[in-house]
Amino acid sequence: MSLDHSPVHPGPAHHTPARPEDLVEHDRVQTPLYEDAALFEQEMEKIFAHTWVFVAHGSEVPEKGSFVLSWVGQQPVIVVRDRKGDINVLVNRCRHRAATVCEVKKGKTSSFQCPYHGWGYGLDGSLRGVPYPEQYGKDFDKSTLGMKALRVDSYQNMIFATLDDGIEPLAEFLGPAKKWIDLFMKQGGGYPVKVLGEHQFTVPMNWKIQLENTTDAYHFPVVHKSFIQSLDKEAEATFNFFDKAGFVEDLGNGHSVAVMIPELVDLDENLDDPIPERFEELAQALRDEGFDEPRVRKIVRATGGAGFNLNLFPNVSLSLAFFRVLRPVGVKETAIRHVCLGMDGGPAAANRMRIRLQEHFQGPMGFGTPDDAEVWERVQRGTLGGKELPILVNRGLVDEVPGVDGPRGHLSAETGMRASYQMWKRMMAQ
Amino acid sequence: MSGITTVDKDIDLQELAAFVWREADILDRCDYDAWLALWTEDGHYIVPIGKGENYEDQVNVCYDDAKMRRMRVERFQQGFSISSAPPADTVRTVSRFVLQGATGDEIVLGCAEHVVENKFGRQRIYAANLTYTLVRTDDGLRIRNKVARLLNSDGELTAFSYLF
Repeated sequence: MSLDHSPVHPGPAHHTPARPEDLVEHDRVQTPLYEDAALFEQEMEKIFAHTWVFVAHGSEVPEKGSFVLSWVGQQPVIVVRDRKGDINVLVNRCRHRAATVCEVKKGKTSSFQCPYHGWGYGLDGSLRGVPYPEQYGKDFDKSTLGMKALRVDSYQNMIFATLDDGIEPLAEFLGPAKKWIDLFMKQGGGYPVKVLGEHQFTVPMNWKIQLENTTDAYHFPVVHKSFIQSLDKEAEATFNFFDKAGFVEDLGNGHSVAVMIPELVDLDENLDDPIPERFEELAQALRDEGFDEPRVRKIVRATGGAGFNLNLFPNVSLSLAFFRVLRPVGVKETAIRHVCLGMDGGPAAANRMRIRLQEHFQGPMGFGTPDDAEVWERVQRGTLGGKELPILVNRGLVDEVPGVDGPRGHLSAETGMRASYQMWKRMMAQ
Repeated sequence: MSGITTVDKDIDLQELAAFVWREADILDRCDYDAWLALWTEDGHYIVPIGKGENYEDQVNVCYDDAKMRRMRVERFQQGFSISSAPPADTVRTVSRFVLQGATGDEIVLGCAEHVVENKFGRQRIYAANLTYTLVRTDDGLRIRNKVARLLNSDGELTAFSYLF
């Protein structure tokens, strides 16, 4: 199909809601995807209420009673570890009059109590007691009035929840993405992976503009030129992706992987490679702490994170040494978390270095994030012009080949976006 | 700031305020070479997240030693960082100065800052508590440390193309 062909001329969104099946073709998508409020409402129902949504990493709720606030689509939830050590994901809403029962972002507790009328809930969401229950009469059945609990599953300590009891198990949904998650977690360097902190910011853009970004390596040398130039020559070469044997591959179910630094795909391999100059000081600090050379090399190699980006539909990406979590706030508003990962129980010097690397690129004042945020906002702003023009996702179709798990393209190909949009189309058609 | 030490009676709050106001003017004008010259080599410019004070071991919005400060300024000045070319226009006010302590040649000063930014025809406002560690040198006052704690530091921020 030629690119000047443009089959859809959507009218104003408030007059005729766009039909999802008309908006996504293999090589292009249509503008209403970014700005149609009615379509956004459908997405919350058809996608976010019927898929596995990442809510937290297990290290954020390490002990019995630990909790952290999170979101499933637009619904506020509490992720909490109960007395048995099980993880519960509870809708943050009292069953009585709907007040949130918790507004503390994270912490430890033995129960949740609604501040309005005092209804008390256990860590599994069960209703424990209500003040003055007599007025409810003898038939009052507390067992039916617990906080709404979502179905929960986890993989490699990444916790996902869903509002749909009927969908496939998480492992099946992740499919071929699982082996990439396994590789990603090798950055623990022999220690469990732990959340060290996070950067949070909002961008006035549709959530799918971010969804497209993590396995889009095409933008990296352009948008992140100032980051690349701030590195030493060796690191600059590491981030010079297109000279290498990288690729981007569709992993099914909307997931995709972009291999940017092939030599850093498996962090347990190539341990005899020379230590990059920027990690030399860390290596020496570890030697001084008494780590033997093989351990030093394993930890140092893991410290910079994995050499690929994995995008899990619909709301979480795994990139370098962080998770990128998106939350749709409104049709033109998206909240992003960049969750910094470290080595649980690992050497402080290595975790410190990871934190400094995170600060260098991520967050509202990083050398990378503000430039991403700017171009994402520019996409949203530009969408207002020429609404009939399609958004192109055709790059790399020309030499895409079958990969191990799905279509595989040049690292700069838009294979990842095509993967996401085909899943979007499939879910929206339900 | 705990443990207020003996405050030198000779410290003139007006002099300190004038120094901070000059820095604010420099930042609003994006005169970053002048800004770098206000610093001693050994200190940190920190925008922390949350209430923690162990900045080295926590994730901050930024934690810049002298090298990172220079790199940050270079990034602002090179002109190809899309978020800072052009940057947002800012107007800031700094007020509510409180002398928190002084030891030897070091002075700790707290104050409040409001920054209004304008970009894409949209204005945003940020508020921060600033804590300066200032030192007297032969060349006048210099900044050793500056901690800018945003009011919403552990919440959702936006991308910044300027300094606090």
